[in-house]
Amino acid sequence: MGRGRSVRLVAILVLLLVAGVALYTRPINLGLDLQGGIHVVLEAVETPELPLTEDAMNRALAVVDRRVNALGVTEPVLQRLGDRRIIVELPGIEDPEQAISVIGKTAVLEFKDPTGVTVLTGADLANAALGRDHMGRPAVDVEFTADGAKKFAAITTEWVGHQMPILLDNRVISSPVIQTPITEGKGQITGGFTIESASELVILLRAGSLPVPLEVVEIRNVGPILGKESIDRSLKAGIIGIIGVLLFMLAYYRLPGGVANIALVIYIVLMLAELALVRATLTLPGIAGFILSIGMAVDANVIIFERIKEEIAAGKRVRAAVQAGFSRALATVLDANITTLITALILFNFGTGPIKGFAVTLSLGIITSMFTAIVVTRVFLDMAIDRDPVGFSRYLGVREATK
Amino acid sequence: MIPFVERRSLWFAIPLVIIALGLGAFFIRGFVLGIDFTGGTILERGLPKAVTAQEIREVLAGTGMDLSSAVVQPLGDGREVLIRAHALSSEEIKLLDDALRQAYGEVQVRRTELVGPTIGEELVGQSLIAVLLGCLGVLAYVSVRFQPSQGVAAIIALIHDVLVTVSVFLLLGKEVNGSFIAALLTIIGYSINNTIVVFDRVRENLKFSPDRRDLVRLVNESIYQTLGRTINTSITTLIAVLALFLFGGTTIKDFTLALLVGLVAGTYSSVFIAGPLWTAWRLQKDKDLVAA
Repeated sequence: MGRGRSVRLVAILVLLLVAGVALYTRPINLGLDLQGGIHVVLEAVETPELPLTEDAMNRALAVVDRRVNALGVTEPVLQRLGDRRIIVELPGIEDPEQAISVIGKTAVLEFKDPTGVTVLTGADLANAALGRDHMGRPAVDVEFTADGAKKFAAITTEWVGHQMPILLDNRVISSPVIQTPITEGKGQITGGFTIESASELVILLRAGSLPVPLEVVEIRNVGPILGKESIDRSLKAGIIGIIGVLLFMLAYYRLPGGVANIALVIYIVLMLAELALVRATLTLPGIAGFILSIGMAVDANVIIFERIKEEIAAGKRVRAAVQAGFSRALATVLDANITTLITALILFNFGTGPIKGFAVTLSLGIITSMFTAIVVTRVFLDMAIDRDPVGFSRYLGVREATK
Repeated sequence: MIPFVERRSLWFAIPLVIIALGLGAFFIRGFVLGIDFTGGTILERGLPKAVTAQEIREVLAGTGMDLSSAVVQPLGDGREVLIRAHALSSEEIKLLDDALRQAYGEVQVRRTELVGPTIGEELVGQSLIAVLLGCLGVLAYVSVRFQPSQGVAAIIALIHDVLVTVSVFLLLGKEVNGSFIAALLTIIGYSINNTIVVFDRVRENLKFSPDRRDLVRLVNESIYQTLGRTINTSITTLIAVLALFLFGGTTIKDFTLALLVGLVAGTYSSVFIAGPLWTAWRLQKDKDLVAA
């Protein structure tokens, strides 16, 4: 008994140490509503000429990806949402309006002559595809429209031996040298490609030749100052809430309440570490949910303590009452928490972004609080009873019947 | 002892009155829907000096855009302003900010929210599906671990919590938005927990007196035996949410208000609705059996 308990005590301490290391090495991700930044949802618009195929969406994604990278934001998030939407998240952006106008516009592909004049646009390009040069190495085949072929023939005849920069959204994606005049509207870009780099260029060329119009359907932008205020306020509310719960437990349950409080503090530390480990993003509603869970985390303790009180009132000795209290309360706590866990799991599977995040926090909270309220509390409670078995029951507000 | 089961008509009537009032408010003025549902724009801007709504409206009029339906609301000491408008384009938002900058110099972008009109419908649909599936999951688990009839009573208690919270928001004319849905989901998770604790005690007591002759007394005692726990857990949870409501700032005030109302409703339903309702149903069934 005694040895089993020291093993558990050591296990709890090790767990806390791991949690401390995790928190130290891996800070919790803050959501855009806390650190400031923009969340933009773009929707690809279907046009009669351009049905929204998987291919079209991939081209649109490639275009947005390039633009986001060009903005130079640290840790941008780019995500496909459903059939036709793209989520872009840019933390800590300076000029949100400019960023939105950059990522939301329709792609522009330009072929320039060596003097910098635009000679062909994406509309002149009929197709781009992965090909092979005469040595069998990866290359990019380009094919022009009838109109484009004429223009291309004129340019390539005039500038043999010169470079012809190809720009997507004003950034050079390729700068091939014109080897010979190309008059029949079909050309090949060669030189130093791998399959991957050639495929990438194909996607970019096609993105510019069949540009998918993107519409901004949602913007959520929080400035850094409001984000900071939200962190400060919820931190203050959280601390006040925690102190309130600790005081209540101590005032109502005295010594066992104090033990539950130790378990609660451990719960808070473990939860923060778990959120850091699963790389959850903490948002403002997420913090609110976490603070709420602090109030709920003592629930298992309350159930157990009430049960112990009943057992003592029914005539059991303290140790037996604690034993019975824990084992009887366990079924209650399990059933109650499993039902909540079921709702959380369903929310996770069928909910969208913010609801998913909330479901993760809820599930972690339920599992962690069961551990702290049952295992952790038990270890410290037994220690307290060993020290003063008679005093313990008095603390609970009931007296042993058989003394 | 409080007659939880005996006086059930009274306990059922109280929330029914609230829900009826809420229904009245629904027919008179309907939901105050946030932009998450309707689509629209919310701009929160910090200005170098205190302004009145009228001054801002004049600046908006000067942009040449049709912003006559926009709602302008100075916040705090008047150096912050909240503008609600229909779904603007990102270019229009830029125009608006340019106009503010021209009028006041430095303009601090505190918050911009733009939601296109189609997003909202999807949010409602997905949340509804999630809630329905959640209820089915609870029903299945409770049916296996307890009795199917208790599962149904637990679901009705959950529906009660949602309806009461929605009704209070209707009566107060508070805005219903995406975070309100998140609050409802939280409440469902919290309330089911409470109800299960009560049914767990009923299950245990039934084991010791299986003849069920005095079901009313048995359920009443079960509720009473768990009352200390129900109240104490509600108090600790309320302390945490109240701290958020009072000190958590304006951004989540409505969210925490929904949580507060829902917690009270959830506590009420686990004590006054779930158990008594199940008992009434059981008694009716037994009576039908005797009659047949």
